[in-house]
Amino acid sequence: MRRISIIVPTPLTQYTEGLDTVEVDADTVDQALDALTNRHSALRRHLYSEDGHLRSFVNIYLNEEDIRYLEGGERAGLESGDEIRIVPSIAGGRVATLEKDPMELSQNEVRRYARHIIMPEVGLEGQKKLKQARVLLIGAGGLGSPSSLYLAAAGVGTIGLVDFDVVDASNLQRQIIHGTRDVGRAKLDSARERLLDVNPEIAVETHEVRLQSDNALDILEGYDIVVDGTDNFPTRYLVNDACVLLGKPNVYGSIFRFEGQASVFYAKEGPCYRCLFREPPPPGLVPSCAEGGVLGVLPGIVGALQANETIKLIIGEGEPLIGRLLLFDALGMRFRELRLRKDPECPICGENPTVSQLIDYDEFCGVTQAQQERQAALSQVPAITATELKARLDAGAAVRVIDVREPHEWNICNLEVAELVPIGSFPGQLNSLGNAEEVVVICRTGRRSAHAVRLLQEIGFRKVYNLTGGLHAWSDEVDPSMPKY
Amino acid sequence: MMSEERRQTSSEEAARLVLGAESLAKIREHLQLSYPEEACGGLLGRIAYDNVVVVEETVSLANARVAERRRRYLIGPTDVLELERRAEASGLQVVGYYHSHPDAPPVPSEFDRKHAWPWYAYLIASVESGNLTRSQAWRLSDDRERFLPLQLSEEE
Repeated sequence: MRRISIIVPTPLTQYTEGLDTVEVDADTVDQALDALTNRHSALRRHLYSEDGHLRSFVNIYLNEEDIRYLEGGERAGLESGDEIRIVPSIAGGRVATLEKDPMELSQNEVRRYARHIIMPEVGLEGQKKLKQARVLLIGAGGLGSPSSLYLAAAGVGTIGLVDFDVVDASNLQRQIIHGTRDVGRAKLDSARERLLDVNPEIAVETHEVRLQSDNALDILEGYDIVVDGTDNFPTRYLVNDACVLLGKPNVYGSIFRFEGQASVFYAKEGPCYRCLFREPPPPGLVPSCAEGGVLGVLPGIVGALQANETIKLIIGEGEPLIGRLLLFDALGMRFRELRLRKDPECPICGENPTVSQLIDYDEFCGVTQAQQERQAALSQVPAITATELKARLDAGAAVRVIDVREPHEWNICNLEVAELVPIGSFPGQLNSLGNAEEVVVICRTGRRSAHAVRLLQEIGFRKVYNLTGGLHAWSDEVDPSMPKY
Repeated sequence: MMSEERRQTSSEEAARLVLGAESLAKIREHLQLSYPEEACGGLLGRIAYDNVVVVEETVSLANARVAERRRRYLIGPTDVLELERRAEASGLQVVGYYHSHPDAPPVPSEFDRKHAWPWYAYLIASVESGNLTRSQAWRLSDDRERFLPLQLSEEE
């Protein structure tokens, strides 16, 4: 055991018989704090929360270094003569709602929520709980549209929205909170306007930022429940970890093509997202909705399920989806349910967590590296721009244009000179291609065709080029009448 | 250090916070300028006698919150350490902190209570539409269950 000095801040010296330095024997920081609070037990409730963790505003320094940044954290080892200093953070803020009496419902509100209030499961009490609740939606897109609309209509008193995107025409097929006239506007502006139109009795708080490790805890901390409507893995793991660290329920939903999932990850009472998926899939393996498509009504169904679960959590009725993963198949029209178990070895909510703060989620999901590799690979492929291709064709050059998209995409738009050879049938159908011929490969945005060019190079073709930017670029540079999808 | 006085101030009878007119004016200016965001600062002073906290100097500090500064404030540990050193250099103590509640009453929120330290005086000021309208001082009870009001008196 080593002899350690602990410096106690002034507000706590009333519990250490006036001493501002207490000497203890210990090998690690947590042992030293244990020794301190065993000797002066009234300190315990000021340093530790009910669940036994150091309070968030209690900072422990070991020789001028915050132990959060030391290897081992609270279990960091000590040397004789080390100095541990307890340093306060000072935090606070005003009450969340500015109503004179947040507990009372106005006559207007009673009328508005009458169909809720007459059900005993909700009643006046439940409706007041809804009014007091603060719910944060991550993303004002496919899932956030229906969930925020229903939560606003239901009278959830404060709805927070996180998004930094702009409404695009391709969003309107499913993001029903935005209208045609909103194209080009910030999604948050459009969403706030619509929500306050649905229900002017509520408050809408907007956070126009990309949710990241350095702002997530600050933003999420102000809410009771988080509804995850993200479309990418780094943000999904970030939301999960922040919710676990803050002890908040995470109402999860995800969608792809015709299939949806929903659950409630609440580490205090059940598993978290990491218990289900310890590691993210390799980047690029799971296509996004932008790449793979999604049935427009699907986020409507899954987002409504998320709103439903959120309301149940607020009013404390029914059986929440905690520990259950609901799977929905829109084509087969079937719901299935998987039981989820809390993983005792979960790196963040397990018995011996190894993750105690937010990390770099792009790196964790391999996104940064994959992006660089993809960029490098694409830049190595010989390319031709849309304008150059047009000039070559107009000049009557003998160029074969191969379109590697799928037949249903071909039907949306195509180049007359092109031949359709879907990438799935590569290179089998290309036997007729002479390897001295000049070939330009095209697709929607130039990604699939770049892969095709590499394939062709590998089997000996020399004069193959990728159309940079695909048919989107063709539409931009050559023929604006070609639809972009 | 002043352990004797300190133990006495933890008792819960008629405690007082004494602030000079100059200190009050400085706090008012700082909080109004920061509206509609919450602003915060430190109170340096001494414990005069039984349960009387006399503020000699106020120090405005940056609100270290990254987001939601309209309803949250944060003073990080490095600022607290620096404030303590500054107090020590002038022979004073950090006796408490002040912060604003924009468009809300000067009453501690649940969030204030959960994050509060004992012994410190917490001065809260309402800033409504940019004007400081009311202020009230508080101290956390020993059991952390509630805030007890400190009588606020202006010097001279």
